[in-house]
Amino acid sequence: MTTTPAAENVPVEHHDAGHHDIHPIRKTAMWVFLGSECVFFGAMIATFLLYRSEFADGPHAEEVFNIPFTSASSFVLLMSSLTMVLAHHAFEHKDLRRARIWLMATALLGATFLAGQIFEFTEFVREGLTVRVSPFGSSFFMLTGFHGAHVMIGVVLLAAMVVLSLSGRLYSDRGLNIELVGLYWHFVDIVWIIIFTVVYLLQV
Amino acid sequence: MAMTTEAPAIDTYTGRRGIWAWITTVDHKRIGLLYGVTALVFFVVGGMEALLIRLQLAGPNLELLSAAQYNQLFTMHGLTMVFLVIMPIAAAFTNYFLPILLGARDVAFPRLNAFSYWLFLGAGLLIYSSFFLGGAPDGAWVGYAPLSTQLTEVVRMDFWIIGLQLLGIASIASSANFIATAFTMRAPGMTMMRMPVFAWMALVVAFLLIFSLPAVSIGLFQMFLDRNLGSLFYEAQAGGDPLLWQHLFWIFGHPEVYVLVLPAMGIVSEILPTFSRKPLFGYPFVVFSGASIGLVGFGVWSHHMFTSGMGPIAEAGFGIATMIIAVPTGVKIFNWMGTIWGGRVRLRTPMLFSIGFIAMFVIGGLSGVTHAIIPADTQQHDTYYVVAHFHYVLFGGAVFGYVAGVYYWFPKWTGRMLDEGLGKLHFWLMLIGFNLTFAPMHILGLNGMPRRTYRYGEGLGWDFWNLAATVGAFTIALSILLFIINIIKSRRGGEPAGDDPWDGRTLEWSIPSPPPVHNFDEVPVVRGLDDFWYRKYGEDDEGRLLALETAEAEAVPQRDEEPEDIHMPDPSYYPFVTSFGLVVAGFGLVYLGVGGWIAVGVGMMTALWGFFGWSLEPVTREH
Repeated sequence: MTTTPAAENVPVEHHDAGHHDIHPIRKTAMWVFLGSECVFFGAMIATFLLYRSEFADGPHAEEVFNIPFTSASSFVLLMSSLTMVLAHHAFEHKDLRRARIWLMATALLGATFLAGQIFEFTEFVREGLTVRVSPFGSSFFMLTGFHGAHVMIGVVLLAAMVVLSLSGRLYSDRGLNIELVGLYWHFVDIVWIIIFTVVYLLQV
Repeated sequence: MAMTTEAPAIDTYTGRRGIWAWITTVDHKRIGLLYGVTALVFFVVGGMEALLIRLQLAGPNLELLSAAQYNQLFTMHGLTMVFLVIMPIAAAFTNYFLPILLGARDVAFPRLNAFSYWLFLGAGLLIYSSFFLGGAPDGAWVGYAPLSTQLTEVVRMDFWIIGLQLLGIASIASSANFIATAFTMRAPGMTMMRMPVFAWMALVVAFLLIFSLPAVSIGLFQMFLDRNLGSLFYEAQAGGDPLLWQHLFWIFGHPEVYVLVLPAMGIVSEILPTFSRKPLFGYPFVVFSGASIGLVGFGVWSHHMFTSGMGPIAEAGFGIATMIIAVPTGVKIFNWMGTIWGGRVRLRTPMLFSIGFIAMFVIGGLSGVTHAIIPADTQQHDTYYVVAHFHYVLFGGAVFGYVAGVYYWFPKWTGRMLDEGLGKLHFWLMLIGFNLTFAPMHILGLNGMPRRTYRYGEGLGWDFWNLAATVGAFTIALSILLFIINIIKSRRGGEPAGDDPWDGRTLEWSIPSPPPVHNFDEVPVVRGLDDFWYRKYGEDDEGRLLALETAEAEAVPQRDEEPEDIHMPDPSYYPFVTSFGLVVAGFGLVYLGVGGWIAVGVGMMTALWGFFGWSLEPVTREH
């Protein structure tokens, strides 16, 4: 929440159309959107907890989960938050070249995580866990699938920023900017920490 | 529909007419008008559905509608009135007036605003296209599982699922927009506690939507997966739990009730002081009761589910919370009465509708508290008593409030007054018709008449009151007809309004009617609550109002700015493209299959094109 200067001594500055500095405005909206996303994932996590042991005829959690593998892919995703911070830091210091490298690294780590998830899903399906076999399967695939979709959107945004930076069109005052994408990316990572704990670690 | 601007054009596209100007507009006032007119059209459609329902129920064993048609009509009536009428009419007022009340020139994200409108319109058309594509949704607007997850070869409920999802996206976008506007776009001196109550209520509503919509969104996704991919979320035989749907739905659905009514409360809180010529009694109490209604509103959802067998502890908890939420509502009622008390009351049409709002809302609120008493609720559940209750809250409450808002602000939109005589006739017809329709439903419900059944037998003692309700419904329809005639007649031929026809208190009355594209020539500097009023009036030693001499009366001081330096955001077609793509993808999801997936792909690519074009295009081109 921004504070407004006291009425009596307003600094009279030249302003563009009452268009206040757009930067904090966008960040406010992004935080609001992420608040909404918390409920979005919260509802899915609640559903998963409701169905955590409704295996019906399908395999049980401990029969299919491969904790070492998922731990490795979780580590990859968490490291992408670090590279995201480095990208933002470099951009703030006008080091566009380095920012681009870190953006690519972030996108690559995200894509690696996605590849791991696709591999994991195919393994699970091979072992008989599908959306149709049990409420556990339905809620597992919905939760992790929606998270994967969020990662994918993030990778697309990161890739778009890399492409933009190549033609020098990566500005901080456009809707698609490194700070907003960074906020989104960190959120997606944090949600994964919760998912990994609740869905994987607590079920085996 | 064209909006004329009397002030000389400053912006390059002021007064641009034609359909392209409206499709590409990012002006919050035009978008507000689009919301308003669309909501009025859907109001007429939803009203026709209600009339058909009432004709079918006018007497015992009538054969006007089949059971299948009746199911579609009451489902679509509820869906239309909640999502396509009351929410958008609230959005219309918020769009048009939130920036002006805060002294801003536009909302925080003008193009996101346009996107919300076009997506709302597209979703409404998608839902209504179902009538021509094999039948409309017929599982009630609450769509309880497993009723809604079975019969998957008929796509009706898919229309409902996808339509609600798209409307949800539109609402999330506009809520984030309004929150950012209220937090960051206020004029100098416009502190939070100087914001008009309507702006406060719009802010509370935006938060309610932000935190409630995702819950139903997840529920709808689960339902969609159950129907189309064979998942087992609501399949009891496999261990799924249909009650989960009810929880997810009402975690959204109950805050939604406050989403519908809080803006109306805000409007009434603006109208009462203006027509009583007194400040709002206990402004901070009204603001904080509104906020606490929003907060407690998240803790009462299960009172919709008292008959589902949640167990005594949950039932007692939700029953008590339901009684508690009546307290801030009661605080508001007393504040409104305190505002009128001792004022120099002018009973113009907006004031009549506001008083009607208070009276009807009190009745609806009281019948609502009876639901908190669980044994009584068990008796009333799914009867016409409940139908009576929520129509008193949502029609007697919300709709009366919004109609009051239309009479109040029409002069600001068009520069002309609505006809006062027709307006008063409208009010009395609507008040009588409304009570004739819905008061008897209390009796019918207590006598055991179930809701959502397409006919009833003779000799149950329900005939007379059902006929009365039908007569009442047509009386309401007549009053709405007068309303529409009044709007059409007054838009061109009404008495010219001037800037400040009601002797108003808030900033919108300090600018021309209709306002120029940039709202304020210079950004106002605000000194206090009701600042505009205190620039017109002082008080003498005994506290009586004293009109300041014209010379003495100060104009609202404004910051020095050369008008030619004002750059409003340029029009953009990307918001329209993005929402169009999403609606095409939505159609694809309804008809999932090879063709459906192609439509999803094409739609998403279109939306992506719109999204990137929009992100990369500068807000204002260099002139």
